[in-house]
Amino acid sequence: MKKQTKYIAVAAAVGVAALVAGCSSLPSSAELDKMTADITKASFRDQGQAKVDRLVLDDANLECMKADVAGKPMDEKTAKAIEAANFASIKWPAGGQYIGDWKEGEKIAQSGRGMTWSDAAGSENGGNCYNCHQISKQEISFGTLGPSLYNYGKIRGVSNLYAPESAAVIQYTWGKIWNSRAYSACSQMPRAGHKGVLTEQQVKHIMALLLDPKSPVNQ
Amino acid sequence: MKRWTLALGALMISGAALAQKSASDGIAEYRAMLADGNPAELYEAKGEDLWKKKRGPKNVSLEKCDLGKGPGVVKGAFVELPRHFADTNKVQDLESRLVTCMETLQGFNGAEIAKTAYGRGEQANVTALATWIAAESRGMKFNLPQGNTQEQVMYEVGKRLFFMRSGPHDFSCASCHGEDGKRIRLQDLPNLTKNPGDGIGFAAWPAYRVSNGQMWSMQLRLNDCYRQQRFPYPHFGSDATVALGVYMGVNAKGAENIAPAIKR
Repeated sequence: MKKQTKYIAVAAAVGVAALVAGCSSLPSSAELDKMTADITKASFRDQGQAKVDRLVLDDANLECMKADVAGKPMDEKTAKAIEAANFASIKWPAGGQYIGDWKEGEKIAQSGRGMTWSDAAGSENGGNCYNCHQISKQEISFGTLGPSLYNYGKIRGVSNLYAPESAAVIQYTWGKIWNSRAYSACSQMPRAGHKGVLTEQQVKHIMALLLDPKSPVNQ
Repeated sequence: MKRWTLALGALMISGAALAQKSASDGIAEYRAMLADGNPAELYEAKGEDLWKKKRGPKNVSLEKCDLGKGPGVVKGAFVELPRHFADTNKVQDLESRLVTCMETLQGFNGAEIAKTAYGRGEQANVTALATWIAAESRGMKFNLPQGNTQEQVMYEVGKRLFFMRSGPHDFSCASCHGEDGKRIRLQDLPNLTKNPGDGIGFAAWPAYRVSNGQMWSMQLRLNDCYRQQRFPYPHFGSDATVALGVYMGVNAKGAENIAPAIKR
């Protein structure tokens, strides 16, 4: 009840009517950004594990949102800064152990569960991979928002996981899964490791699914 | 037993091949089959009855409710919403406007309705009313007014919200609905940054969902998108949801309304 009262008060305070009172022309882009932030704050509430603190945008998301709204790519300097900051945040696996079990990886890739307000807090998260990518040939229900990952390791010449020539691809793939924005400032791919969606062990299993020559992905 | 297994195997193979080859064709066929008997018609009938019936603490009907084209005018109202209303001095979508009418004309408590879960109590009645009102504009083309400054502001805010990436997965509306010809699993995704075509996206909801047997309003459609985006919970009729409605509705200018549609 208290929360509801508070919401109504905030909503009234930031009502569009109040904000545009006396204006006969459209507010500036910066003013519209501010209005959007205020309206966002007044329009959502906590539900289950999905709290309103999820609406706080980090620099990468703020800059990409601005570029998307403007309909043009951000300047190169900003993009490079976002990529560098995200790259620096990548947590590399202890002892250089990058590869888990592809069978576990397949299960994680299949699952789209976790972190919605209707998921139990603390339940295991899925990777959502098939929602956007083709991965193994066997799974025909795949999305097309991301590129096909079928034969991912094979195409990149990974025939032996422990050969020195495989190291660069393995490291890049880990970094991309951990924090996709390290390589492309406004990539639409979730930052699975960086944002705590997947654990280090889960990322290892996904790595095996994509890179292990024995994985069905590389058959 | 063996024959059963074989038959089942053959069925699964052909089913799989079918799914890959023409998932959307199959769904379209399925929809066409169901469209003859869209269960949404039941909600339409209920909505029309609710509109005309004397109800609420004041025991009056909604027949004097102004949906934007004058008191009692239903035909054509849906394809011009959300819009600005002088009496509330707010941009409202169909559902939030209905709650205003239920409060001012019938004496219901609007805040209580807004807090009620979808599919329950008066909230279920709002959905039925919205279904009938949408159906009364079936075949008409979307043409939202943008003459009022608040309407223009809400379009701009809606556009910003559409591209707002946040939450643990960094999803925005545009993650799924920003490009042509994309799918999530086998589900086709409309590009909502422009007119996605007749009866697609904003021009399809409210819709009856076969998979869960529920009638979903536009507010509930947006609510479930935000759930899947891992965002917190949007208040019913909040400015954020109305702004997104303005953005999608204006983008859909000229698209033919098929709501209430039938969905998978």
